[in-house]
Amino acid sequence: MSLDIFSVSQMLAKIIFVIAVCLGVIPFIVWFERRGAAWMQGRVGPNRVGPFGLLQPLADVIKFFFKEDWSPRNANKFYYFLAPTLALIAPLAAMTIIPFGSFAVINDQVINLQIANIDSGVLFLLAFAGLEVYPLILAGWASNNKYSVFGALRGSSQIVSYEISMALALLSILMVYGSFDPHKMVEFQNQKIFGIIPMWGVFLNPIGALIFWIATFAETNRLPFDLAEGEAELVAGYHLEYGAMKFAVFFMAEYIAMIMASAFLATIFFGGYNLLPGMYFVVQKIGTHFALADIGMQNLKAGFQFLSLFIKVAFFIFVMIWIRWTLPRFRFDQLMDLGWKILFPLALTNLIFMSGVVYFLNR
Amino acid sequence: MGTINVSKRYTAKEKFYLVAIFQGMMITLRRFIQGFLFQKNWTIQYPEERREYSQKFRGEHFISVDKNKTENCTACYLCETVCPAECIHIIAEEREDDKGQYGVLKEKKPLSFDIDALRCCFCGFCEEACPKDAIKLSRNYEMTVSTREKAIYDLDHLKREVVGRG
Repeated sequence: MSLDIFSVSQMLAKIIFVIAVCLGVIPFIVWFERRGAAWMQGRVGPNRVGPFGLLQPLADVIKFFFKEDWSPRNANKFYYFLAPTLALIAPLAAMTIIPFGSFAVINDQVINLQIANIDSGVLFLLAFAGLEVYPLILAGWASNNKYSVFGALRGSSQIVSYEISMALALLSILMVYGSFDPHKMVEFQNQKIFGIIPMWGVFLNPIGALIFWIATFAETNRLPFDLAEGEAELVAGYHLEYGAMKFAVFFMAEYIAMIMASAFLATIFFGGYNLLPGMYFVVQKIGTHFALADIGMQNLKAGFQFLSLFIKVAFFIFVMIWIRWTLPRFRFDQLMDLGWKILFPLALTNLIFMSGVVYFLNR
Repeated sequence: MGTINVSKRYTAKEKFYLVAIFQGMMITLRRFIQGFLFQKNWTIQYPEERREYSQKFRGEHFISVDKNKTENCTACYLCETVCPAECIHIIAEEREDDKGQYGVLKEKKPLSFDIDALRCCFCGFCEEACPKDAIKLSRNYEMTVSTREKAIYDLDHLKREVVGRG
């Protein structure tokens, strides 16, 4: 890649855009998590700060900033402070390979709407998603508290067990796409089955999509798989000894991991940035109304592609919050049963089945 | 005989579990829509809205006064005697006033009348024992204090104006 002004500035713009979107929607997710929980439980929820309580996350942040930055005396200081940083870095780094649009054209130059266009993008993402277990272990171990260690133990064993099913489910759909490049995967899903149904991964490989979806819950430590935190029995789990801004970083990291997992799920199984059904007509209507040229049309389409990815991610995050207030937490043996006795054999069978299907269709 | 086995074999549909999850999710979705669109909730906005409690509710204590702001209490020690939590402490003295407006001479009066609200169990026995209807329990349930000393109600606090039973 050449290092002229344009490519550097467009790269910086994309990085800033992705980080700004990720961090910018967190307050809304936090607000929605609390308000939605209240609605589901017949309560009102935070409604004092700002209109509809929308400024409540801001008030929380101000509180976090002004709290005493305390750390336990016998903690391993280096790892203790490394853990929240790593927790924030890992999902943000994984976001770099998520394509949020096909391409835009500015000044006759094509801008690939993806921060890092890596051929083996999914492997890169899996590596960084796997890194999410380290902050758990580091935080639990370094804070020198038995509840934290229990949380770290549970979290690590849970993530390790579910990552296998997740990878197998991923493998079964990767065989269909025949590529590790997220862009190519999304373009593959742009085709139509029988000319009507979009050829999304979920329609080609529903069992794989379901296993992957369940595994993302476990990967992001959301209920019903939040054994690493387990408020009822472990106080707060691995981040028990973290206060003030360090806790806020863990909190943000959890939400960024949610966004990352949802975006990954949308990209792999739900058509990624492909326009939602019906949106193509809207794009055409707007294009003809303003008499846009090809370039303007493409840029408009890229905008709508980002919008459709945004809607999909928002839907998956809504489902995560929805599930959280529906299901109770698994017991640890139930969690392991589900992971090893149900999801793992199912994913393996599905992998073998899908490989057979792909082999016979491509022959 | 002995124990009855109440565990049942799950049907295939129940074992599948996703159906049950989906049913549960529909319930929460219905609640969500009720809360989101129709603003239906079962809680109240506390400082602005308050629950209406029973007329018999026993809350913060007070001592009734007559028109001259003289307490009805004659320091007979009945309430202190009956109190199961031993939270009432009375010191009596002689009253030097003239006859009151109604011609009733209260010869004895409390020099100090302390109720330790932290010990009180709000049984209302003092209220029942009082021959003068002097000590009463109001319906006020907001009794937060900032220090422990303030939780010991003295005579000045007890003689505050309470309309009805508050």
